[in-house]
Amino acid sequence: MRVVFVGATQGMGRALSRLLAERGDALFLLGRDEAELARSARDLEARAPAATTVGTAPLDLAGSAGFDAALTAADDALGGFDTVVVTAGLFATQEELEADPARLEELLTVNFTNTVLFCEAARKRLLARGGGTLAVFSSVAGDRGRKPVALYGATKAGLSHYLESLDHRYRAAGLATVCVKPGFVRTGMTEGLKAPPFAGEPVAVAHRVLAAILDRRPVVYAPAAWWWVMAIVRRLPRFVMRRVGF
Amino acid sequence: MTTADGQRNGHGDAGGETTVAGWGRVAVPGREVRRADLERATEDAVLTRGLARSYGDASLPPPSRPVVVASPLADRIVSFDRETGLLRAEAGLSLKEMNRLLLPRGWFTPVTPGTQFVTLGGMVAADVHGKNHHRAGCFGEHVTALKVRTGDGVVRECSPEREPDLFLATIGGMGLTGHVLEVECRLIRVPSPWIVCDSERVPDVDHYVEGLKEAGPRWPYTVGWIDCLSRGRNLGRGILQRGRFAEPDEAPRRAPTPLTRLRVPFECPEWVLGPWSVRAFNAAYYAAHGLDRKVRVVHPESFFYPLDAILDWNLLYGRRGFTQYQCVLPEAAGRGAARRFLELLTERGGASFLCVIKDCGPEGRGILSFPMKGISIALDVAIRDDTQSLVDALNELVLAEGGRVYLAKDSFTRAEHFRAMEPRLERFLEIRRRYDPDGRIRSAQSVRLFGDAP
Ligand SMILES: Cc1cc2nc3c(=O)[nH]c(=O)nc-3n(C[C@H](O)[C@H](O)[C@H](O)COP(=O)(O)OP(=O)(O)OC[C@H]3O[C@@H](n4cnc5c(N)ncnc54)[C@H](O)[C@@H]3O)c2cc1C
Ligand SMILES: NC(=O)c1ccc[n+]([C@@H]2O[C@H](COP(=O)([O-])OP(=O)(O)OC[C@H]3O[C@@H](n4cnc5c(N)ncnc54)[C@H](OP(=O)(O)O)[C@@H]3O)[C@@H](O)[C@H]2O)c1
Repeated sequence: MRVVFVGATQGMGRALSRLLAERGDALFLLGRDEAELARSARDLEARAPAATTVGTAPLDLAGSAGFDAALTAADDALGGFDTVVVTAGLFATQEELEADPARLEELLTVNFTNTVLFCEAARKRLLARGGGTLAVFSSVAGDRGRKPVALYGATKAGLSHYLESLDHRYRAAGLATVCVKPGFVRTGMTEGLKAPPFAGEPVAVAHRVLAAILDRRPVVYAPAAWWWVMAIVRRLPRFVMRRVGF
Repeated sequence: MTTADGQRNGHGDAGGETTVAGWGRVAVPGREVRRADLERATEDAVLTRGLARSYGDASLPPPSRPVVVASPLADRIVSFDRETGLLRAEAGLSLKEMNRLLLPRGWFTPVTPGTQFVTLGGMVAADVHGKNHHRAGCFGEHVTALKVRTGDGVVRECSPEREPDLFLATIGGMGLTGHVLEVECRLIRVPSPWIVCDSERVPDVDHYVEGLKEAGPRWPYTVGWIDCLSRGRNLGRGILQRGRFAEPDEAPRRAPTPLTRLRVPFECPEWVLGPWSVRAFNAAYYAAHGLDRKVRVVHPESFFYPLDAILDWNLLYGRRGFTQYQCVLPEAAGRGAARRFLELLTERGGASFLCVIKDCGPEGRGILSFPMKGISIALDVAIRDDTQSLVDALNELVLAEGGRVYLAKDSFTRAEHFRAMEPRLERFLEIRRRYDPDGRIRSAQSVRLFGDAP
């Protein structure tokens, strides 16, 4: 595959981009911090089966400018990409977001508006060349309105909704959209939070997501147990959701 | 906290108050913070640790600053030269990952401890040794450069040429010269990833040590397991193993796949590793080998990391946890030193499930590096009421023999014993003061042994 990757510098993105590199897929990294991008690119080069170059270009989801320039740089370096992966995203607790309107605005913008705008730019390029795969990390937090993730969850609900529609709309035209719904995964994002049962590891999640990308599966829960958990949570009556703390 | 893939690191939150522990599971109040941006995370930190495979209090924070930075998320390769095997990586890269990635490509760490759940930073800080110490020395011999944030807050690049004092004090310095951010080291080329292992039963400890020293010149890897509960004529009977990497024509063509692991699901009651069960295990293990010398091609993980086959095996030791006692006895003490040590141990009734004797080559360049020419003896000891007095007695014998203990395992040695064993300590502390005038960097262990501010 020839993959454009947003979010490879940390967490699940780091783990998934490594799997791709080890398979010998060609990679191009986009992100907000050029020094971090370069470090991750060198890491991926070392992991590739044969000597190769991993290119990078700046892309900051806090703003909506420069998406096309970044994708053009990727196209040039990869000779036309066929897969786009977005793991980039922000998280903060409900309390933190309620206390800090600026932080809330940034999170809403990064996780929803600008992620969608970026996906739009990417999908247009993919469709123009007959399709490909767009895999984007949403969250189980978007599956149901819940007390502890009212705001973060809303961005992910919107994103999941968009990704589902996109898949319905363009699958026939050759574009497969993969909506990834991680449960709790131990990354820098969740450091310091109390891990619930079924907490996952980035590497295991990455393996599952890679399989879903290769199969062009529209939705993947990872770790797998979260499919069951969310199947139940989605069906709980409202009065139960109002009482419980999760 | 136990995470998949054995990345357990002694981080718990029993009953609201968080605790941190080393591999021996003796916890202190405190917290571990895992960060991918190690350079930023260490700006204000007093200690960094890796996967917490050191047994005692080396990786635990001092009581007044109870937060330790953990490196495993800082695990990127900075560069790898496919021709020469020169590797540079962030300090949290695990040996497990290095092996998974590079062993199939014909590259292996020049020195490996008995578990692959360690980080590069931890391998440097403890200056780890392996079954090839008589050949290759400690890991630090193969380190070419380090990036360290010292106690004065400055990030420095050091090597044998550049700031050599800092370099030599950091190797084996148990994290006390600063936070290791990056490690550059030379890997070795191996002909195949498989191991030719030659193993043999030996009737007692004298034959055992004899066999170890004899095998040294011919075999890169030697090690053995000793039954330290048998007494008298059988004292220290055991199994001696010698190994080398297999040539391509001796080895299976396929790459070894990672072995499946069992998990100890819960903390066990104390009798699980009590004297009776250990005695039965030892007898069975010794008998199972059979009389004949065996030569086989084995999986590298089963040769180098037999204990990794069971994740969280430290839970077997029950609620009170355990300690490992590891000392080195110098050649000058004579071949009888091992027997004298085991006699004292059995006399004190020290039951040990694991007792390993290794051949040590000359002292390394790390200022506080543990090994010296002679033999090293390591034994796991479940913590009981008399553990302190057992360790005191062993330490007195080790002092008398001219040996010393390994800080990566220690949690019971008294400061006065340690100082008496370590004439090198003054030089180490002098260098440390230069880079950390305010004495910021410290651990529970340095409070206990070096008299650092709590
Ligand atoms: C089953 C088993 C077998 C073992 N076999 C051997 C063996 O054969 N030979 C041997 O030598 N050791 C052996 N050990 C001990 C182990 O190799 C060392 O304790 C090693 O240091 C553990 O690495 P770690 O990453 O877990 O470090 P930790 O245990 O987390 O830390 C160990 C020390 O290193 C310091 N440190 C770690 N990372 C950094 C960093 N980035 N910057 C500054 N300081 C740092 C810590 O402060 C601490 O003082 C064994 C341990 C186990 C559990
Ligand atoms: N961890 C979980 O438990 C969990 C659960 C459900 C869903 N998710 C979702 O899964 C995805 C990955 O999570 P993770 O835990 O792997 O996160 P992470 O470790 O925090 O990594 C986040 C990544 O996003 C990048 N990023 C953040 N803001 C950006 C911006 N403005 N522009 C460009 N890139 C930006 C970061 O780059 P820098 O290196 O520059 O910071 C980093 O690479 C996220 O979308 C998250 O919401 C996570």
